[in-house]
Amino acid sequence: MKAAPFDYVRAENLAHALDKLSESGGDAKLIAGGQSLVPMMAMRLARPALLIDINRLDELKDIEIQATHVKVGAGVRQRDLEFHPQVHSHLPLVGKSMQWVGHEQTRNRGSVGGSLVHADPSAELALAALVLEAGFTLESKSDGRRHLKADEFFLGPMFTAVSDTEALTQTDWPVWQGSYLGTSFEETAIRKGDFAMASAACQIQIHEDGRIRRISFGIGGVDGTPLVFPELAKSLEGQVLSPERALHVAHEAAQSSQPGSDMHATAAYRKHLAEVLLSRALQSAYAEACANTHSSNIT
Amino acid sequence: MTASNTLLKSIQIQVNGTHQHRLVEPRTSLVDFIRDELGLTGTHVGCEHGVCGACTVLLNDEPVRSCCMFAVQADEMRVTTVEGLAPERGVMTKIQDAFCEKHALQCGYCTPGMLIACHALVADNPHPTEEQVRDAISSNICRCTGYQQIVDAVMYATQAEGK
Amino acid sequence: MSKSPFRFIGKHRRAVEHKRFVLGQGHFAADIQIQGMLHIALVASPYASAKIKSIDVSQALAMPGVHTVLTGEELRQNTEAMLPGVDAPQVTRYPMAFDVTRYAGEWVAAVVADTRALAEDAAELVMVDYEQLPAVVDPQEALLPNATLVHPAHGSNVIFHRHFVWGPVDQDFAQCDHQLSYRVSWARNATVPIETFAVACQWNDSTGILDVWASIQMPKFPDQMAKALRLTGNAVRVHFDVDVGGSYGVKRGLKHSVLVGYLAKKLGRPVRLVEDRLENMRGGDMQGPDRIFDVTLGFQNNGEIKSMRMKAVDDIGAYSGRSPLQLGKPVGAIVGPYKINSVSYDAMAVMTHKTPQEAVRGFGQAPTNYAIETGIDKVARFLKLDRIALRRLNMIGKDDFPYLIPSGTSYDSGDYDTVMTKALNAASYEELLKERDALRAAGQLAGIGISTCLEPSGGNASFEPLFNPKNETTTWMDSCLVRVDLSGSVTALMGTSTSGQAHETMVSTVVGEVLHREPDSIRVLHADSLNALPSNSPVGSRMAIMLGGAAAGATKKIKNKLLQIAAHNLGVALEQLDYEGGHVQVKNEPEKKLSWDALVEIAHRKFHKLPQGMEPGLQEKFVWEVPSGGMLPTADGRVQMYPCHSFESHVVLVSIDPGTCKVTVRKYVCGHDCGVMISPDVVHGMTYGGIAHGLGAALMEKFAFSPEGQLLAGTFMDYLLPSSAEVPAITIVDHCTPSPLTEFGQKGSGEAGYLGSPAAIASAVNDALSTQGAKIDHLPMTPQAIWTALNDAKSPA
Repeated sequence: MKAAPFDYVRAENLAHALDKLSESGGDAKLIAGGQSLVPMMAMRLARPALLIDINRLDELKDIEIQATHVKVGAGVRQRDLEFHPQVHSHLPLVGKSMQWVGHEQTRNRGSVGGSLVHADPSAELALAALVLEAGFTLESKSDGRRHLKADEFFLGPMFTAVSDTEALTQTDWPVWQGSYLGTSFEETAIRKGDFAMASAACQIQIHEDGRIRRISFGIGGVDGTPLVFPELAKSLEGQVLSPERALHVAHEAAQSSQPGSDMHATAAYRKHLAEVLLSRALQSAYAEACANTHSSNIT
Repeated sequence: MTASNTLLKSIQIQVNGTHQHRLVEPRTSLVDFIRDELGLTGTHVGCEHGVCGACTVLLNDEPVRSCCMFAVQADEMRVTTVEGLAPERGVMTKIQDAFCEKHALQCGYCTPGMLIACHALVADNPHPTEEQVRDAISSNICRCTGYQQIVDAVMYATQAEGK
Repeated sequence: MSKSPFRFIGKHRRAVEHKRFVLGQGHFAADIQIQGMLHIALVASPYASAKIKSIDVSQALAMPGVHTVLTGEELRQNTEAMLPGVDAPQVTRYPMAFDVTRYAGEWVAAVVADTRALAEDAAELVMVDYEQLPAVVDPQEALLPNATLVHPAHGSNVIFHRHFVWGPVDQDFAQCDHQLSYRVSWARNATVPIETFAVACQWNDSTGILDVWASIQMPKFPDQMAKALRLTGNAVRVHFDVDVGGSYGVKRGLKHSVLVGYLAKKLGRPVRLVEDRLENMRGGDMQGPDRIFDVTLGFQNNGEIKSMRMKAVDDIGAYSGRSPLQLGKPVGAIVGPYKINSVSYDAMAVMTHKTPQEAVRGFGQAPTNYAIETGIDKVARFLKLDRIALRRLNMIGKDDFPYLIPSGTSYDSGDYDTVMTKALNAASYEELLKERDALRAAGQLAGIGISTCLEPSGGNASFEPLFNPKNETTTWMDSCLVRVDLSGSVTALMGTSTSGQAHETMVSTVVGEVLHREPDSIRVLHADSLNALPSNSPVGSRMAIMLGGAAAGATKKIKNKLLQIAAHNLGVALEQLDYEGGHVQVKNEPEKKLSWDALVEIAHRKFHKLPQGMEPGLQEKFVWEVPSGGMLPTADGRVQMYPCHSFESHVVLVSIDPGTCKVTVRKYVCGHDCGVMISPDVVHGMTYGGIAHGLGAALMEKFAFSPEGQLLAGTFMDYLLPSSAEVPAITIVDHCTPSPLTEFGQKGSGEAGYLGSPAAIASAVNDALSTQGAKIDHLPMTPQAIWTALNDAKSPA
């Protein structure tokens, strides 16, 4: 399993990388950590003529914490995101999702941008990005910068809006202001670290009396991209999340998905799994939000 | 594109404390570079798609899968392989010694990667729990040992002195 | 606490092999660098069944760095076919296909180039024109009258079928209060070592020797290579000192080795093939039993099981090596540990257009134990009897040995009840029940599993003539040569490969035990096939018995020689001598003695002091036939299968998430009896590993194929190997019923754990599912499979 021959250049800066991308006419690929790309090249499923190494570009490695947003450079290592203390406080859902992303050894090399651009339908960061409505900044030599919303970025399985000559440079994660927050990330795979058969994520904010103020949730691995349900979420605002309501919402959401079947899981099982996990994620996030209500009452 | 069109790249990698300056094809993986170019055959190839962990090395002191990167990506970096763990000839690290004492290996094929993962764990966490050990080696597959004696070995190596 | 009768045997000891592996100085086949070596990449058929219309290698050959492209036609003309282990001479096999291909992944061409990467580049340029043919993938379909034939010349897809009847089956059933029938399916899995198969060959024109370095675990490998390559036996030198990175049965890479040997000779250059993982999974031909059992048990109201009818159909894939014989070995333990009076066993091996099967740890015993144990649990449930009590009722008692089972094998020794009891005690069974019930109360599905399984050990050729009366092989031996050199240090030679079983450690322990010399001072080497004594390789859990026995035999001869030298020089009869620590002394006369060094010196240098007719030096060999072996089967297929019978009893607690249906193994205890353990650390290690293999087979491993015959689990992303997160902490409790057949009472134990683990985990899962009126009778028990089983119970068809 040796990769097909290719040329290699290490980008000196972002402009250099974009320049090389532009001149290669679609035959080049950017490589950061390579944890997804290199195995595909070893299997000769990916055969770029040129690899442009952006792994050392400091300009892509910033994590900028602001009160309303966290900006994460595409070249930030998954490991660095995982251990950044303010990521956990500002983006608790992202913090919770990181333990599910591959294995420690792959997170040592893999980048945030790499996972997002790879766009596996069961990828944790993709699900989190959609649930949190993250923004994506793309840049190319010819067209400069453009900004996409998460649901404009993910187009299908392993397929994003990034063109042949573009690079994802940054993602922008909104921070929910205020207290009484709860989050949950649930996933089931046969082995630890495997691609999820299905996953579910939820972020919720409640009023002091337990009624939902704001909620966003989604399921992964059960369609071409992770799915989010803004309308269903909106319909929950102002309500208490009883277990029955959580089950009902989870059922409706899961039923709308169109999972594939493979040797590990049929479509029917995946739907069932998504429903179970989403129901649990909703209830778990809600319980955490309620607990935060109590604790902030104490202080 | 044929091999003759691919330009070789010059890389400088420090491997087990020795500075190596070589020319490589970009497509040469780090594990193949270590094994074939440098003749350090202690690091093994098991799957070439990043699952089994037999190829694990330390890259700037962090455990990575050397089949999932090309040697050119490791330019100007430090690599430690299993051959570089022991402080000197004739002396083993506490973990290597514990592996021998607790029968933490059988065929020896996953062992180098397993040792690297265990050393990385203990460097970061000198007194891990059994659960933490299991967690740290969970991306290194072994088909011989069922993992029990590996966990025993790391616990033995990291418990009170002289146990 | 009784004192051990041994000085070294049974004690904790660091395996001598460890040092090189922890230092990264192992010597694996892919580590071998030979000047001028060339590398191979394979071209494989993408179709389950196809005709090769043409192969155009011109573009590949034109690539710089490519030396040759070999096709199957050339091999067919220049090598001998590899024959199956059963009587089916039309089912021939060569390393590469010619004319037709019979499974997706079958090798069609081999590119030889300066590097593996270049060979892969060139392999992409080999143009094969295929015409797809109908494929038969489902074994049930393969058995239909008008089925497409995998080997038309054979006339059928059934490569082997025999119906054995041992004892009065019909009569016994007629007298039974009840009958219970069930089906279980064992999915194709294998031991999948982390090292793929690798082989390097070098031909030397001047000596006429083909040197072979391979990651091999296979009986008669040098002989079969020589035959296939049309060389004499003494023209092939297999280097058994190559470290093998795990095998557990499967590394029978004969086709790889014949291919490489042929190329090495043709090109006059050393050549190496290291399978990549894709080649290995699909075309390495190392998949395992793929078996459906239909079983009927006849039993009484009190639970006594009198008779069993078992039908086993195994899908061996497109070609046969020894794989059909995996239906034969279980004949030697067909009733498990139970006093079942009569058995009908209908064994059938069927071919389909799939990757061929190879020997896997246990050689068919693990699936058979799963089938038997599933039945025991079902009988218990049916009669509303406790599973443990039912087992106790039916178990062969400790005073019943040697116990002759209906199929002709005599179990040498055992105490099954005690082993099971020890396991239950170690698991704190009463507490375990409470834990299970607490899990259930908390909303989990939870269950306890029990298995009590035979682990036949020692190996024997007997399944060969049993399954092919034309093959009268009864010799199944192993050997050891032991030398004491003139400086007094000891060396032993073994004549086969090692793949993690620590043979060097075992042999040095045995030799040290007999000679009273420190085992760490005894060097054990692997001879090559030209200077090795005969061996049948480490299969069938045989080496502690056979190699240990041969080492003991050779060493005893040396000890005896030392005693004779001493008797001669001290002027006394042998009976008047004491041997202690390698020194010999006249009983009660400490000043009349000869030290080890003195004896060695006499043997090597002082011919004038040797007894008349004694050969100088101290070197002895021992070639040992398997005890209780050496006989052909009877006409009705009864034979002593293996000599010694180890035993394992597993107790497992699982929980199943009722929503996700994922199984978590929470507690694992294994009671184990393999007689006297020569190297307990080694035995325990292999048992832990076997349990992990079994857990994989039970919960997640499957070589799944599409209906069109495409392998779906071709990488480690789909063929799931359990990690330390899936394998729980395991407790082993030992028991010892020594074998009367061996020097120290040792039995064999390389297959331990795997033989009883799937049965125990299935037992636990079914215990959990039973609370929902559900059951599952096929492996692997993935979340998907369990969800389906639960749904089936809710709305029965």
